[in-house]
Amino acid sequence: MSRTPPVSRAENPSARPESPSPCAGEAAVLRAENLVKTHYGEGAPARAVRGVDLSVRRGEFVAVTGPSGAGKSTLLHLLGGLQRPDSGSIWLDGVRTDGYGEARWAVERRRRIGIVFQFFNLVSNLSVADNVELPALLAGVSSKQARAEREQLLAELGLQGKERSMPGELSGGEQQRVALARALVNHPPLLLADEPAGSLDSKGTREVTRLLSRFHQRGQTIVLVTHDARLASAADRVISFFDGRIADDAELDGTPSRGLGISGVLELKD
Amino acid sequence: MRLPLLALLARGPAHGYELKQDLEQLLGSAYPQPNVGQIYVTLGRLEKSGLIEGEEVEQSSRPNKKIYHLTDAGREALRAWYEETADEPRVRDEFFMKLALAPQTGLADQIALINKQRRRYLNTMRELSKLATTENRDNRMSHLLIEGAMLHLQADLDWLERCQEELEEQ
Repeated sequence: MSRTPPVSRAENPSARPESPSPCAGEAAVLRAENLVKTHYGEGAPARAVRGVDLSVRRGEFVAVTGPSGAGKSTLLHLLGGLQRPDSGSIWLDGVRTDGYGEARWAVERRRRIGIVFQFFNLVSNLSVADNVELPALLAGVSSKQARAEREQLLAELGLQGKERSMPGELSGGEQQRVALARALVNHPPLLLADEPAGSLDSKGTREVTRLLSRFHQRGQTIVLVTHDARLASAADRVISFFDGRIADDAELDGTPSRGLGISGVLELKD
Repeated sequence: MRLPLLALLARGPAHGYELKQDLEQLLGSAYPQPNVGQIYVTLGRLEKSGLIEGEEVEQSSRPNKKIYHLTDAGREALRAWYEETADEPRVRDEFFMKLALAPQTGLADQIALINKQRRRYLNTMRELSKLATTENRDNRMSHLLIEGAMLHLQADLDWLERCQEELEEQ
């Protein structure tokens, strides 16, 4: 069966963001339909996610940006099973997952979804090596294999020599790299990143940007939530999220923009 | 281009092509370099206004070249340049006028305008990120230039976000 070529949204600005994605077919690693989530706390109910349709192709790097409070982190939590939607459907690799209970989601998050968070969420009383190996061991990988995976990832992320360190002894940027290694140790088809640079300085942000780009180039599918436009521009598709809805869904094609483009923003004028 | 050329000449006399090379070395490939023609034209104007003086130097196998040096007036102009602070960056006024006037023209939707502008900025941001990865790591000035451009663009993107937040509520 032949696949229809993906339609570039950037070339078709008239496409309504609400319309079903043209790539919702079998190639979608992740698909969501009409997701709704309302938070009930003190005061008025907050409608965090208000009917979101989303489809992410294998190998795609999607950034979701928007102001704080727009609901973008809630959306990511729904996609990773950290929160349950009020209504709507989610498919992972074509399998419907929105009916899963907590235990089943926990399994998915070991095998098919890696997650990195703003505050790293490393286990503070485990060494760097143990933090990375733990999800592999929980997924039933042999300790030898887990160690090999860990060694390879830490080397790749420039963390050799830090194996025995405790998370608290590392800089924020280093902790986020450990968290990235932990998220990827089981080779999940999907990586979710929730403000991964949110608590890093600009050097740490550049580092995370570079690493996400590198894993993406090797085929890793990534959904990233960020308010940082520099980080978002590393993605090949940027979704603008406002008030619980997708306001725009743009493919960054990297073609030089009309007009002056980068020479216009770099040229120094008297 | 006038004052940067004066600043390059503050170190000592040089000819036009040397100045171009100095500029390239300082700012790296990220900076859209002026062509050598622009440099000669600017040097001509600076000489006419008495800020620099040129001296013809004979070359055996090539046409004469002109070596320029800073005059006292030139040094004074440069000093005045360093005394001043630079102007603030400005809001993209053309986009702002389009946005502000859109409803009454009935020709464009404000949110669509914002989305279109955001796409353009994001694509440019992406190009800048790529440029930052290809630029020589040791050229600090060049990296600072790229980072400055990215931060300005980020501010514009943040501002678009604010516009969208406000205008979507209506």
